[in-house]
Amino acid sequence: MSQTVLTVDDSRTMREMLRAALDTAGFRVIQAEDGVDGLDRLEEEMPDVIITDINMPRLDGFGFIESVRGDERYRGVPILVLTTESEPAKKMRARDAGATGWIVKPFDPERLVDAVRRVSAAG
Amino acid sequence: MDPMESIKATFFLECEELLGDLEAGLMALENGEGDDETVNAIFRAVHSVKGGAGAFGLDDLVRFAHVFETALDRMRSGQIAAAGDAVKLMLRAADVLADLVQTARDGGPGVEQQRSMAIAAELEALSEGRDPAPANADGELAIDTVPDDAGIDGLDFTPQTVSLDLPADLEAAAPAPVGWRIRFRPNTDLYAKANDAAFLLRELEGLGECQVTPDLSGLPAFDDLDPEVSHLAWEIELSGECSEAAIREVFEFAEGDCELEIAQLDHHAGSAALPPGPDPAGPEISLSDANAELMAELPGPVAAPVASDKPAKPQAQPASATAPAQATIRVELDRVDRLIDLVGELVINQAMLAQRASESDLGRSNGVSMALDDLEQLTREIQDSCMAIRAQPVKSVFQRMPRLLREIAAMTGKQVRLVTEGEGTEVDKTVIERLTEPLTHMVRNAVDHGLETPGERKGAGKPEEGTVRLSAVHRSGRIVIEVADDGRGINRERVRQKAVDRGLIDASAALSDEEVDNLIFHPGFSTADQVSDISGRGVGMDVVKRSIQALGGRISISSRPGEGSVFTLSLPLTLAVLDGMVVTCAGETLVAPLTAIVETLKPRPEDLEKFGPQGRLLKVRDTYVPLIDVGVRLGWRTSGTDPAQCVVLLVETESGGRAALLVDAIQGQRQVVIKSLEANYQRVDGVAAATILGDGRVALILDIDAVISSRRAPPPTGQASLAKAS
Repeated sequence: MSQTVLTVDDSRTMREMLRAALDTAGFRVIQAEDGVDGLDRLEEEMPDVIITDINMPRLDGFGFIESVRGDERYRGVPILVLTTESEPAKKMRARDAGATGWIVKPFDPERLVDAVRRVSAAG
Repeated sequence: MDPMESIKATFFLECEELLGDLEAGLMALENGEGDDETVNAIFRAVHSVKGGAGAFGLDDLVRFAHVFETALDRMRSGQIAAAGDAVKLMLRAADVLADLVQTARDGGPGVEQQRSMAIAAELEALSEGRDPAPANADGELAIDTVPDDAGIDGLDFTPQTVSLDLPADLEAAAPAPVGWRIRFRPNTDLYAKANDAAFLLRELEGLGECQVTPDLSGLPAFDDLDPEVSHLAWEIELSGECSEAAIREVFEFAEGDCELEIAQLDHHAGSAALPPGPDPAGPEISLSDANAELMAELPGPVAAPVASDKPAKPQAQPASATAPAQATIRVELDRVDRLIDLVGELVINQAMLAQRASESDLGRSNGVSMALDDLEQLTREIQDSCMAIRAQPVKSVFQRMPRLLREIAAMTGKQVRLVTEGEGTEVDKTVIERLTEPLTHMVRNAVDHGLETPGERKGAGKPEEGTVRLSAVHRSGRIVIEVADDGRGINRERVRQKAVDRGLIDASAALSDEEVDNLIFHPGFSTADQVSDISGRGVGMDVVKRSIQALGGRISISSRPGEGSVFTLSLPLTLAVLDGMVVTCAGETLVAPLTAIVETLKPRPEDLEKFGPQGRLLKVRDTYVPLIDVGVRLGWRTSGTDPAQCVVLLVETESGGRAALLVDAIQGQRQVVIKSLEANYQRVDGVAAATILGDGRVALILDIDAVISSRRAPPPTGQASLAKAS
């Protein structure tokens, strides 16, 4: 069965890019627009991997990760954060919040898929 | 379309929204209305533009966005005040960013390097808390100081993990290693972050053949086992020619959450450079066995995301069932227009059907009649819903104005504040599209001609900063847009003089203030003594007026000397349908737009007064209004009929003026579908468009304003000179 990836990003462009890359690799993709939306999605879906942006309205990536980790049901789900090279501090904060790994933007689709496989049972 | 191309198109669409949000946020800050979230939203907008631009390799855009973002980050953390000059600079930066986006999208000459670099330099100065470099800083500054980690060069997915343990030249110098010994002991944190030792071992296996020895020494008795704590460690002998960097990359996400030692295997028979670890308590087993054993023996250190005590939700539902409902869809405009055309035909068809039914004397209580009533109701609802598809808020037009205003302010040295109201007011897309140009011109005029210089304003006891107010509101089935300034108002003396000089009016003509004000709508009239760069360009208010009229709209002005002017536009909400009153006049059927009609009445002979050689007035209650025989006005008959035998439509123009239109009889009210005449007959004076009635006949739709205004304007002497001119 194909694995499901939840992508959380307020940028439509980024969501579409993630979808394109993951679709091609055979993942099923569900999308959310910010942290609050992401938590809503989790009420109805059980993704195998979550990819989230950091800067988002309503609930940012840090808050989102903390909420997910604080929930019995989801704290074992790998979470990859989208970050840029210029934000090493953010990477650390995301890790402290409980992120499993990170993806550096702009990302190469193959490396993205690699990272998802690396943290999931889809390898 | 290539998926990437289509995503790129999405990116540019999104950019427009982001740039709009950016500007709106900065404006809010400028007006002191913003808060922390405003600054955050601004930051996110620029950040998203940068992110997308990076994905498409739009380097110029990324570079500028990065500098901008850095400054915004400072603002976000409170190091830069979110007000005053900093915000003004960011508004200019937002303009540059918008230009860069446009260049990236449309190609073309591109933004002046000088300008974008100068702004970038100022932003950097701001970020670093020093005085801005001189405006003519030769630009190199801006680009060179962009940190290398801007993310633009790092197209690589992972940062290259540099080995800190090995001398940099070791890998190059040493012969390819035959293998590595890796000692790996995860902390509990590793699992808390949903990393999995088994997956890491699996990754290692991808690099070469692995001999994995689990260290079970830390494993407590089963009863004492805490599934949340990490008890195991592994020693892996990896054979193969992989680099240490590759190994470290596998453990990249685990860094800091595990003890990790990597050492090269000796060329000779596996004597590792690592000091011997604790005696492995278990036998050597292959990786797959290790995995299997792990899986079998241990519960995942973190309760795996399965079968919690809550009832499991069905997971295998088809995507469509669980996919979130999309709030919007994109539809090609052609499809919407086709639908609207069809609905127009439906309306006509329904009207015809209703007419046939009424002709066959079915009676109101007849089932067919009642069903037809329902059909009419339904048709109207369908029509309204279709029109709503095309309706858009005027925001998209209003959004262009702040920048325009800034530019004019900079060119004229005037200080201007823009206030907008009613941005959410909706109107048909076509109207929106054709509104930009006239509105741009009016706003330009308001600043260039309307507002005084700061010095003059101070002298007049006004605040040095002038205000231009842009507002939109729905009023009786139309949208009314006002452009108001608090400037000097129309200089009537000068307008009058100019009109005399140009032969538009006679020097002796007696004109009301309103008539003088309206002279500025005369073709070729320009109040600026010199045609300026800003308002000039050979376009006058007459062009604005014509383009508004072409939309079925009207424009009027009211001005108070020293206090400012207000230009009022009134436009139909849609160009497709019209509520009309169907009337008969000189044997023809006409439609008068219902929005203009105040009331209808039967004139009494005693209320009629003669006025001048041909004019007549009608007394309506206590006021006199001009009486216009529509049949005469349109040239269908030469002499007026007896008003007592006719019906009067009391109409009101946008400027508030009233007139009584004389027609022969009223047939009824109806919604009609507007069919343009202009494509085939060009513009016909006094006629706005045509429609098809229920009986299949064509009827003309009256242009009320034109019917009235040709009576009253221009002033008598002006008429003569216009006639001469043409």
